[in-house]
Amino acid sequence: MNPWNKLMCYCRRRSPWLFHMNSGSCNGCDIELVASLTPRYDAEQLGVRLEGSPRHADILCITGPVTHNAVNAIKTVYDQVCGPKAVVAIGSCPATTNVFIDSRTLEGPLNRHIPVDVFVPGCPPRPDAIVLGIAKAAEILANRAAKKLPVEPVCIPGTECAAECAAGCAAKAAASEVQP
Amino acid sequence: MNLTTALARLLIFPGLLFAVPAAWFFLWVERKSVALMQGRIGPPFMQPFYDFIKLLGKTTPPRSGVGGLLMRLWPLLAVSAAAGAVGLLPVLPSSGGFEGDLILLLALLELPSMCIIAAGFSSGSIFGEIGSAREAILSVSYNVVFLLAIISIAASQHTFRLEALAALPASPLRWLGVLAILVCLPAKLHINPFSLPNAEQEIYSGPMTEYAGPELAMWELSHGLEWVAATGLVATLAAPHLTTWWLAALVFVALSFAVVLLLSAVAAATARLQIDTTVRFYWQCTLIFAVLAVASALFMRLRA
Repeated sequence: MNPWNKLMCYCRRRSPWLFHMNSGSCNGCDIELVASLTPRYDAEQLGVRLEGSPRHADILCITGPVTHNAVNAIKTVYDQVCGPKAVVAIGSCPATTNVFIDSRTLEGPLNRHIPVDVFVPGCPPRPDAIVLGIAKAAEILANRAAKKLPVEPVCIPGTECAAECAAGCAAKAAASEVQP
Repeated sequence: MNLTTALARLLIFPGLLFAVPAAWFFLWVERKSVALMQGRIGPPFMQPFYDFIKLLGKTTPPRSGVGGLLMRLWPLLAVSAAAGAVGLLPVLPSSGGFEGDLILLLALLELPSMCIIAAGFSSGSIFGEIGSAREAILSVSYNVVFLLAIISIAASQHTFRLEALAALPASPLRWLGVLAILVCLPAKLHINPFSLPNAEQEIYSGPMTEYAGPELAMWELSHGLEWVAATGLVATLAAPHLTTWWLAALVFVALSFAVVLLLSAVAAATARLQIDTTVRFYWQCTLIFAVLAVASALFMRLRA
């Protein structure tokens, strides 16, 4: 890898700009995402900035179980994010559709529609798990742009999740359902 | 001013070689001080540099036709205008300059804001258009105060030459002018309480909504250079006249830094005002400073 690519990889890891999108969430995860930017967790230390436009973003943070109405919007916004990009699914809903499973108004889980890089399960997940997930996504994004890493979904086990899902079963289940 | 000194000023000090790192430094100081005032730790020292490099490496959406060409052109124009404005500042003693360079500086300071307005309209995004309209209204409001303040300073000292202005002893009118310029700076730099054009919670990113990758990097850079130019203008007018060049440069940097801290404190302490409140605020300020400017001009003419 030449020095410029090395520098680029280094900078991509340290400057993840987020675009937050709600796909029918109950607002619990959205509040936790905002909480991860507040003084207690301060994600700006990692260079995180919550951006207003998907065109500026590197990482798409999606909450909610993906309702019927949200599918096209998600696909549009995903295409609007300029590469290299990564997707973080925040909460149990985008990973498994959670308690809304089998609802006829849902099109979830999220990875049926767009490729997801990091799952942060929890209902809602803790802000520190979200910050860890974003850091992981930034790393994946930088490595993918430098063509170093095969892309596989990652799971960030939360406190409540770890009890029943030690090996990150949400990510595994999601990975097995990925459509070509 | 011959060609060599002009090029040296534009490219080395206080031009690009100094101004680009200074722009990143001021952007960092702004973010870091706001974070500290909010009880956070804030971004690392090199953050604006990381952001800039990362944006250079991102792809841009395909743009075609004249509209696409214009969209690529505006950020470059903004960066070159802001860099030119920084290059004109008389930081070092007896560094040259020409009669009327204050007017050129004002024009160059105004160009980035014009570019933002044009960029929002040529992007075709509804949020960009609203942001551009707000920027235009804002610019009409604060520029009256800004220009009158500068004109009153220049009229009181009988010159439009920056270096001569910086060298003359300070008068009460000049301090009033510096105060008026300070009132205008938050609007010029789009920070709270006048961050209307890029009001994130209302209109996404305003005129910048459709920009991505290297173009956005240029906008960030031009914003940083605007910080350097605007705070540098205040530092030039407020600095005492020094003949030692390194002391002059040091005082310039220290004063600019103090202005950045002051503006960040204002930004952290206030919330965004509505557009009509903002316009009313500036037009009411204008009335006071307009009277002062006209009075000073009349006084000067009577005395001459």
